[in-house]
Amino acid sequence: MNGNGLDRRTLLKAAAALPLVLLRPQWLPELRAADTNEAGTRVGNRERMLLLIELHGGNDGLNTLIPYGEEVYYRARPQLAIPRDQVCQLTPQFGLHPALSPLIPFWESRELACLHGVGYPRPNHSHFRSIEIWETASDSEQVLDTGWLSRVFERYPLPAQFTAEGIVLGNGDSGPLNGGKTRTIALHDPGRFLQQAGSVRPASLATKNPALAHILEVRREISLAASDLQGRIRQAPLLTVDFPANKIGKQLEVAAKLIAAQAPVAVIKVTQGSFDTHAGQSATHHRLLEELAQSLTAFRTAMKQLGSWKDVLVMTYSEFGRRVGENASHGTDHGTAAPHFFMGGRVKGGFYGAPPSLRDLQDGDLKHTLDYRAVYATVIENWWGLPAVPLGTGRYPALDCLA
Amino acid sequence: MSLTFDEARHFLSRTAFGGTPEEIRRVMQLDRAAAVEQALAIPTNKAQTAPPAWIHRLPPLPRVRKHWSQAQRKTFHEGLKADGQELKAWWYRELLSSRYPLLERMTLWWHNHFTSSLHKVKWPPFLYQQNVLLRLYALGSFRTLLNAISKNPAMLLYLDTQSNRKEHPNENFSRELFELFTLGEGHYTEQDIKEAARAFTGWHLDFHTGAFRVDLRHHDDGRKVVFGKSGPFEGGDILSLTLEQPQVARYIVGKLWREFISDRPDSLEVERLADAFRKKNYEIAGLLQDLLLRPQFWAPENRGVLIKSPVELIVGTTRLFNLPLEDTLQRIAIARRLGQDLFDPPNVKGWPGGTRWITTSTLLDRTQMLHRAIRGHETGHAHGMAVMGQGPGGLWLATEPIEVVQATLLPFSPVQSLMEAEERGQAVHQLVLDPVYQLK
Repeated sequence: MNGNGLDRRTLLKAAAALPLVLLRPQWLPELRAADTNEAGTRVGNRERMLLLIELHGGNDGLNTLIPYGEEVYYRARPQLAIPRDQVCQLTPQFGLHPALSPLIPFWESRELACLHGVGYPRPNHSHFRSIEIWETASDSEQVLDTGWLSRVFERYPLPAQFTAEGIVLGNGDSGPLNGGKTRTIALHDPGRFLQQAGSVRPASLATKNPALAHILEVRREISLAASDLQGRIRQAPLLTVDFPANKIGKQLEVAAKLIAAQAPVAVIKVTQGSFDTHAGQSATHHRLLEELAQSLTAFRTAMKQLGSWKDVLVMTYSEFGRRVGENASHGTDHGTAAPHFFMGGRVKGGFYGAPPSLRDLQDGDLKHTLDYRAVYATVIENWWGLPAVPLGTGRYPALDCLA
Repeated sequence: MSLTFDEARHFLSRTAFGGTPEEIRRVMQLDRAAAVEQALAIPTNKAQTAPPAWIHRLPPLPRVRKHWSQAQRKTFHEGLKADGQELKAWWYRELLSSRYPLLERMTLWWHNHFTSSLHKVKWPPFLYQQNVLLRLYALGSFRTLLNAISKNPAMLLYLDTQSNRKEHPNENFSRELFELFTLGEGHYTEQDIKEAARAFTGWHLDFHTGAFRVDLRHHDDGRKVVFGKSGPFEGGDILSLTLEQPQVARYIVGKLWREFISDRPDSLEVERLADAFRKKNYEIAGLLQDLLLRPQFWAPENRGVLIKSPVELIVGTTRLFNLPLEDTLQRIAIARRLGQDLFDPPNVKGWPGGTRWITTSTLLDRTQMLHRAIRGHETGHAHGMAVMGQGPGGLWLATEPIEVVQATLLPFSPVQSLMEAEERGQAVHQLVLDPVYQLK
């Protein structure tokens, strides 16, 4: 991979010395197409950003990607089913919730991949346990204490100029970036962060007290991130896109700013919720999806302006879908499998996997047709170009949905 | 044997919101048993701060709301928001001034265990009533508390018992009852949840009276099988059956161990304490007494190993520095930024706590909050020393020897040692901003 006579490290050093204005993503992909580690083996496209969207609370998959061609769907949900004529139809069988209509341009330009029936065997219905399973890529009965992304970065560390593995926006926690040696920056407001970080001095001290060790580590992360972000944000191009003034809109605006500033991280996580719609689902679900779709539209516009849309992969996830039948409170209870989405300039739009049957249920729940770890494998192998990382006990082949 | 300064300090940092040198010295006159006994000798189970005026108000009925104009709706929602703030301010005042800090700590602990939120319940009087209930049994009987909380208006709404009907059971409450309130994940089956949900059908809040009621028309009186036993159970039976499970005591004891001792419960001790808790019919005060007398509670290696919650940090700092109490709205806003909005936990599991309290974002906000508190920016005082000298409660910062000030503020030596002959205001500032101040 060193055909151009420059190894990755030298190149990056040289790049670091250049004025930041030259570091536009347009030319970065070519030069940074692959990475080499110390041993000289290829370790992937590390400059590519993964934007995670946690649909917190368990998003109702059936009212997100709607099987409007199925009579059973309408029978199971007399109150909550979306009438056929309101569905944003993608195919004769499936369509999006009307609140997701801003995503139609994504679909038409083939930048939206819909993954059917994502879940795992022996599903757990607890919010806390199920999101832990998703975050750690464990089997249903297996308890792991590090996030799946932490394990990826442990095995294939990021090059030295990355100041952290991930940035977490909004009120969510680090989830898949939790544990191990992963450095995560929780950021509510970058301006405020930088202003306050000035007063934090890093201290080196060996301690056996895990609580103190944690605080010292967080201080170190703050200092490193602040000194790095400072310069980048100052020189980043201004965004001219208006983002919706709600929580997810603000998070995606910060995400776009960070990408414009070339924040040296591999993952940004945002959270939308709560999707835990046990009662009075229709209005809440509509609002949450509409906010999300409008914010994503603004985000895509900003990325296209920056020329970064091909370097970002947007991925949704949630602890579970919801039960097929509605409950008596005009809501839905905790379910199992649900559709999820990839979006981005390199996504090969379309449907992947088989839709779960609405007739062949397990205790009123959908049976998953795609293991969620196949979605992760897609990110690891086809987005970052890394070798497969073992996730759980089975084999989960990556999906061919990225160009 | 009477306590050392460090032991007395440790005791107050875990059972109260810390203590001034004077308060620490008072505890030093006692031995362990007497200190524990004194902390638990609480002659009341009610808050002393006068409650807001609206605590008995009932929410307007749907048929009334239906006819509201846009403007009326808006006024109503603004009123709810203001009442919610007033409710939070009320509890802060009690936390800041209570003579029985252990009672408030336990009330807060139960709030994080039997969670409900303004966000979902949308009626501040119900949250107030729940808080009163939690304090009433905070050190009483877990059995009584569990039964009462299951019928508590805020809880009936928070976990959708309200819409749990025979025709369409809603499992939200029964799931969290087992998973978070009593047993913990892995100690029940999905079938147990489904069957238990049926037993709670018909339980609801009567909006005309604000009282709990069972509507037999919506109650499923059929046979249910829970934990392998079968019968035409109703909700109360499910709670009794649950309390027969030895796992309940283990679960509660383990959680209290993490609150009071360390985040690594000793499984043998937990088993022993749980056994006694069960045999003494789930008396919480008795359990706390046993727990606080464990050698592990007093062990030097367990001092300063827990991270203060935002509320502990704010309330503790205010009490220790004798800061003015008026500005509760400011405190509410800061605590929210630090990740702990009273009466609005993030979800039914409550605040995750532990090391999760400290992220890059919240650590910066903690530092800033302390910096301002010390410098007096938010209290109207131009200089920190003015705050320190204010009133007899804050005088110790200026008058005690610096070694005593350090040993009072921190559980062990600071990361950054004090320089000799440092000016006092500077020294206090440095100690409070030291990472060790975040620990208890």
